[in-house]
Amino acid sequence: MPKIKNLDDLRKIREESKDLTSARSGGKKKIIVGMGTCGIAAGAREVLTAILTELDKRGIKDVAVETTGCIGMCQYEPLVDIIRPGEPRVTYGNMKPEDVSRIIAEHMINGNIVWEKVIGRTD
Amino acid sequence: MLEDLSQYILDIAENSAKAKAKKVLIELAVDNRNKSIVLRVSDDGWGMDEEFLRKVEDPFTTTRKERKVGLGIPFLKQAALACEGFFDIKSKKGEGTVIEAGFRKDHIDCPPLGDVAATIATLIMGWPECRWIFRYSVDGNSFILDLDDLLDHLGDRELLKSPKVVLWIKDYIQENIDLLNQKKGGEDIA
Ligand SMILES: Nc1ncnc2c1ncn2[C@@H]1O[C@H](COP(=O)(O)OP(=O)(O)O)[C@@H](O)[C@H]1O
Ligand code: FES
Ligand SMILES: [Mg+2]
Repeated sequence: MPKIKNLDDLRKIREESKDLTSARSGGKKKIIVGMGTCGIAAGAREVLTAILTELDKRGIKDVAVETTGCIGMCQYEPLVDIIRPGEPRVTYGNMKPEDVSRIIAEHMINGNIVWEKVIGRTD
Repeated sequence: MLEDLSQYILDIAENSAKAKAKKVLIELAVDNRNKSIVLRVSDDGWGMDEEFLRKVEDPFTTTRKERKVGLGIPFLKQAALACEGFFDIKSKKGEGTVIEAGFRKDHIDCPPLGDVAATIATLIMGWPECRWIFRYSVDGNSFILDLDDLLDHLGDRELLKSPKVVLWIKDYIQENIDLLNQKKGGEDIA
């Protein structure tokens, strides 16, 4: 198999995307994925990859993605929190990679909570 | 128990990051002659004192407040011993920690490697301030990824938060893992 990627690609990505860093201006839209032991066991890493893929595919650059450790809610893992400025923080539970595009489209972008997957809300 | 080695790596290396490690070395060595897989995670985090270390292999030890039991280390130990491997943990308060787990490749209970590339990319994204170094070797041939090298090319650490960059890192690692796995006449050796 020929080697396709090399580190110089990173220079290209940097050049092509001066605006990639807009997530840094941060404190704004945010997605947080629980990555404690139970989350990992339940597939949180796959959910995270699906989130990154969806954001990249849609060219969304103003959303910061973070991981967090255990928050003591094993039974609802994988957990994903969506934060939009000025709105309550919403926690989605039992997330699967196939739930990701809907939650990003409906909630993250359009601001409509996807109630059937919600397990908590903090104001 | 977790599903595969990549999940154990994510869980164990997260402890290192939480212990404020500046540098974490993750080594995964596959040896087809000895039919072994050895995982070693070394960090320069705040470490553990002797008394705590004695208790840490026991699932009722944790410093977290959210849940009373720590599971990560006992899980890894159990997984290694279940396939006649070994488990070892060394730590020094204020200096760091080294965790080593060996697995017998041909044992029926040996966990598969899983998506190691996704694990390393997730760690880098989650803890971009930490210098992650990953070494994957198969029968002595190895691939090394040092986050400092990536940063030399990337220029800006903030870019490690970009989905495009994280996905690139994941694919880059995967390609190199595949290359090493295929080296031996195309047979699937890892
Ligand atoms: N690399 C490390 N450096 C410092 N402390 C550690 C490290 N790994 C584990 N620990 C300590 O051991 C505890 C138990 O770890 P673990 O079994 O992974 O469970 P958990 O992370 O869920 O608490 C941690 O809470 C932490 O206090
Ligand atoms: S890891 Fe299970 S509740 Fe946090
Ligand atoms: Mg842990």
